[in-house]
Amino acid sequence: MLKRISHTFVHVLDQDEALDFYVGKLGMVVHTDADLGVMRFLTVHFPDQPDVELVLMVPGPPAYDDTTAAEIRELVAKGAGGGGLIFETDDCRGTYDSLRAAGVEFTQEPTERFYGIDCALRDPSGNAIRFTQPPDGPIVVPSAEELQAQP
Amino acid sequence: MSRAIEDRNRRMLRARDTMDRAFAQPLDVPALARIAHVSESHFSRQFRATFGETPHRYLQRRRVERAMELLRETGRPVTEICFDVGFNSLGTFSRTFRAIVGESPSAYHARFAAEGAALLVPACWAMAWMRPAG
Repeated sequence: MLKRISHTFVHVLDQDEALDFYVGKLGMVVHTDADLGVMRFLTVHFPDQPDVELVLMVPGPPAYDDTTAAEIRELVAKGAGGGGLIFETDDCRGTYDSLRAAGVEFTQEPTERFYGIDCALRDPSGNAIRFTQPPDGPIVVPSAEELQAQP
Repeated sequence: MSRAIEDRNRRMLRARDTMDRAFAQPLDVPALARIAHVSESHFSRQFRATFGETPHRYLQRRRVERAMELLRETGRPVTEICFDVGFNSLGTFSRTFRAIVGESPSAYHARFAAEGAALLVPACWAMAWMRPAG
């Protein structure tokens, strides 16, 4: 029986730059930073969620040959690396303001939706990230008529 | 060479992200070229090489996609929606919308109003999946 997600991976172009972003700006902390010889195994997590690690991986040997790695890097850089991350926040607008002031590149301003308030940004490599502030109560999926009636 | 492409891709993405975020503003090639740190003469060509369409076309599709959502999910007048998504003439908006979507903005609105078919998916999905093809 499988239990839960423990690690998820994101391809980054530069691990030091990624560290500065995910730790320095987003407020995550380093879990593991190990030189394995063939690669630097670098993982981070949110302080309140130590059991879900985000692995910041540079595409390259031994997982990929140099040509393939270069192709992946080019795709990541144009926002086509695939995947994505969605984080939760208790204050979407406040977090947006402080991250914006810190120079984070946003692709969508905080927007109210029935599932909460969310916005979108890029990490320095080009990966897509969103964060959402869930509504106070349960998420109520509106009917088509209700959506039409919204201002 | 690869690092040069990688760097160029990231700068082109920054310009494209600007169109996604600030679609309602009057974005022109000089402004976008500055964001991408490239000369105006190279910008459109490099953008097309990166994403397969001109920046002008991308911005048109972004604005039309926004308009489609507003037409589906609000009862607001076409003229208001036209200006809200960044077009500055109703004629250009209607012509562009029809060329991309295949029907007029008002026909599109009427069809969704009749079918009651608002999209109950997160905004990011709607944005990616409902964007009309080039």
